[in-house]
Amino acid sequence: MIRVRARLVVLQFVVLTMLAALTVRLWQVQVVRGGQFVAAATETRTRDVIVPAVRGPILDAAGRPLVRNRTALVVSIDRAALERMDDGGAAVLRRLATVLGRPVRELRERIRACGPMVSRPCWPGSLYSPIPLDDKVSTREALQILERQEDFPGVSAEVQPVRDYPLGTGASQTLGYLQPVTEEELRKRSSLKANFSGVDLVGRDGLEYVYDEALRGKSGLRRVQVDRMGKVLGVERQTSPVPGDVLVTHMDVNVQRVVDEALAAAMKNAPRADGAAAVVLDVKTGGVIALGSMPTYNPGVWAGGIAEAEYQRLLSEKAGLPLVSRATHGMYAPGSTFKVSSMAAMVRDGYPLKGKYDCPGSFNVAGTTFNNFHGIGMGTIDLHTALVRSCDTVFYRAAYEMWLRDGGLRPVKRPKEPMTRTAEAFGFGRKTGIDLPGEVAGRIPGRAAKKAMWAATKHTSCLRSKTGYPEVAKKDPGRAAYLKRLANENCLEGFEWKAAEAANLSIGQGDVLVTPLQLAVAYAALVGDGTLRSPRIAKAVIRPDGTHVEEIKSPVVGRLPVDDRTRDYIRAALSEVTSDGTAAGAFSGFPMDVVKIGGKTGTAEVYGKEDTSWFASFAPVGDPRFVVVVTVSQGGQGGMTAAPAARAIYEGIYGIKGKAALPGGEPVKRLPKIRPDGTVVE
Amino acid sequence: MNQAVAPRGRSLVRRAMGAQSAVWRVDGILLVAVMALSVIGALLVWSSTRTWAAGAPTGMVKKHVLNLMIGWVLCGVAALANQRMLRLYAPAVYGAALLGLFLVITPVGSTINGSHSWILLGGGFAVQPSELAKPALVLMLGALLAEPATGTEGPRPLDLLLGLTAAAIPIGLVMLQPDFGTTVVLLVITGAVVVFAGLRKRWIVLLAVLTSATALAVWFLGLLKPYQVARFTAFVDPATDPRGAGYNSTQSLIAIGSGELFGKGLFHGGQTSGRFVPEQHTDFIFTVVGEEFGFLGSITVVALLGLVLIRGLRIARNCDERFGSLVVGGIVCWFAFQIFVNIGMTIGIMPITGVPLPFVSYGGTATFANMIAIGILQAVHIRDRQF
Repeated sequence: MIRVRARLVVLQFVVLTMLAALTVRLWQVQVVRGGQFVAAATETRTRDVIVPAVRGPILDAAGRPLVRNRTALVVSIDRAALERMDDGGAAVLRRLATVLGRPVRELRERIRACGPMVSRPCWPGSLYSPIPLDDKVSTREALQILERQEDFPGVSAEVQPVRDYPLGTGASQTLGYLQPVTEEELRKRSSLKANFSGVDLVGRDGLEYVYDEALRGKSGLRRVQVDRMGKVLGVERQTSPVPGDVLVTHMDVNVQRVVDEALAAAMKNAPRADGAAAVVLDVKTGGVIALGSMPTYNPGVWAGGIAEAEYQRLLSEKAGLPLVSRATHGMYAPGSTFKVSSMAAMVRDGYPLKGKYDCPGSFNVAGTTFNNFHGIGMGTIDLHTALVRSCDTVFYRAAYEMWLRDGGLRPVKRPKEPMTRTAEAFGFGRKTGIDLPGEVAGRIPGRAAKKAMWAATKHTSCLRSKTGYPEVAKKDPGRAAYLKRLANENCLEGFEWKAAEAANLSIGQGDVLVTPLQLAVAYAALVGDGTLRSPRIAKAVIRPDGTHVEEIKSPVVGRLPVDDRTRDYIRAALSEVTSDGTAAGAFSGFPMDVVKIGGKTGTAEVYGKEDTSWFASFAPVGDPRFVVVVTVSQGGQGGMTAAPAARAIYEGIYGIKGKAALPGGEPVKRLPKIRPDGTVVE
Repeated sequence: MNQAVAPRGRSLVRRAMGAQSAVWRVDGILLVAVMALSVIGALLVWSSTRTWAAGAPTGMVKKHVLNLMIGWVLCGVAALANQRMLRLYAPAVYGAALLGLFLVITPVGSTINGSHSWILLGGGFAVQPSELAKPALVLMLGALLAEPATGTEGPRPLDLLLGLTAAAIPIGLVMLQPDFGTTVVLLVITGAVVVFAGLRKRWIVLLAVLTSATALAVWFLGLLKPYQVARFTAFVDPATDPRGAGYNSTQSLIAIGSGELFGKGLFHGGQTSGRFVPEQHTDFIFTVVGEEFGFLGSITVVALLGLVLIRGLRIARNCDERFGSLVVGGIVCWFAFQIFVNIGMTIGIMPITGVPLPFVSYGGTATFANMIAIGILQAVHIRDRQF
């Protein structure tokens, strides 16, 4: 028994060692590293569910909705949950397809990640968030899914706000659209991460983009306890979402409708027209009352995943790039509408305002003959008539004389370039700064611009002047020879500001390009108080309960270099264009006693295309309140296409043929009142 | 209770409670420790199973309490036996256990949790013969090796051969199920009894070498199931497969560690109620202790278990008969091994092996086997006090 007892003593020692080992290890795990495991436990045990805030609506000046939310039953699916299943969620998708009455293939396509080789439909958002599959689910379908959750793991059906566009296709480029926030955006905007849930949509264009932060609101956070299977056991804590602010704009639903109708009619009447834009500005405030662009589309197509065909149509040249707003992105030669700038430049350069000027049928500029419209001369006229009847040769002569005074091809040290400088002072050649994304600056040519351009292109030009254009020569040897000559000319004397170019600029032709919005802003400054304002669509941002109002003002960005006498003279001249001038036909029969319209037509030639039709106008002529600019690309003469469209817009605004869009010819001044419960008093 | 010596002819109850009765000679500390562990075990089973089915939060704990009650009855029965009776009945108990193990591998057996080790009795009850094999093997080996070779302290060679054969049969049958955890426990029991039987050191070394060689052969010949290999790999580095084999050890460490010093309180363990640790009412029940009772609760449980072992060792030492010492020593080794492996695997110092924590884990047959073993300890103790 001695040996047995000895061995039992050894065992006792082993047992005590073992107990000590367990105790030490427990101390290490629970006390020394306890905090670390508490954190790990919280991480595994809780899920942060972000409760998206309801996005604020976009209202017109009277409080009518331009973009609002409607509630929809949305079925979404959690991709991560599908991937955890043995069959990759194939069975769940099959069952879901049956309930929703859609092919399985479509559901599969909608949940795959968008990428370079993936066509739509696909999911552009975060892969860790629920992907909406269908936002037009009936209550019965939703109940089928909710009542049989065991058959539909990872699938949810809930009421969600969906963007709704009461105007349909109206002002779609201005309003913009929403898309799911991408992983990349989430990474980039790490400071905003807390406000994104991944299911969140982010404004991708227009006002939705520019005022995204205000409209988005603040997401709420719900920290829920979950079990191993992700089943929610309870809510640990919760912060409620703060709904997005209400964006009140200067826009007017009724005027916008009139504008859209007028543009559609203009496009229809001009057979070759491929695009049109209209701007209605409030002269006094710089607010944008309506902004139209054709062709257009219904932003509702973006909601709930866009179909491939629809997406391609939106991006296609053939469909006329309906996503692009021609009012802010369209660059066209302004034609004769530009003459107000040229005339201001003449007066500024010392040409007498009340003087007499020759208007011959043609004018010789440095050896090239420049013709009047149809080559018709008007004899000796004043500047008033030069505008009303749109005489070109007066401006050719002035531009040529200015060019000569600047030294012609051998420029003086500080050329005055009155035409270029004045155009720049009118705001052309730079962005207006409107609250819309991606606006283009246009182009005002001049000596400095010419030089810069030459420096940038001379290498290619000089190379081409030697190698020619063999790829063009195969098809069209004549054109290739012309291009080679042009390249040679650009290589050798591309920096030279030629007299012909100066002459072309004076009547808004050649290299000059403006956007319809720029022209509207310039005219508003001209017929208003002479200050150049950066236009604004948004008027105010209001808290959803109506408490805090942040008004948005159009900042003054410059002053026209034109004295009041000259401005009055030009305004008076433009006032007769609709009765005695180039737009008289378009406005025949218009009740000028109700409201008198002033304006300037423009017909800009485009190489190889139909002319661009312009009408830049204002009303009433005595104390202008509105500026309306209409452009129809390939629309023909200004007086034929753009002016009638502008007339239709004025008829709508003043109610000539029916109910006035803006009663009394005044934009809505007071902000709409928003009650504490969020309803809008229109 | 202030009665004098009980006269003969009184009722059975009176006799059982009388001053001469065995009831007053039990090891009280051992009794209290096991009772405390049973109560704690029942609470932990309750805590870990109350979230299972809505509306029936006490279903599992009720079954467990029933098992405990049966276990205590079996414990009492075993405690009333004396060593002679235990030796006498050892072959019968052993034979019954073998029969059970044979039945398991016939179509009578059923598979639960991947191990084919159950016989379903109907009504939601099932027995696991491999658990009963543990006390049966201890008794059988004790009986076979009780008599030393003449003039030595070591076993007679024939007895040793018989003993190893008697061990090999149930071990082989359990390996067929396959139940890795129980196989190792039976091996430990066999080794313990053989060592206590006074085998010379050189033979012990030889047996140890043979066992190691077999283990290596099993590993390298690929006789282990892939999941078993994965468990060992995961033990070395749980991060290799945090969702699969490493999941259990990662999650049980999180549960225990998050209990910190004082624990989150009974029924307040988020990891427990979220059921992040699998098998939390059986093999991983210690994670509930760790999370809900903290470090203080954990060392209390460890201390209670240690108390059981120390009392067992004391009983073995104080026993004058070889049979009693061998059996009690075997039982202590069995419990010690299960305790260390079970708690060790939940705190990441042992690989994950399917052995329950004695007296605490949910279980039917395992509870019965444990309580029978405690009954045997008490029986040996009572006899010692008598003589």
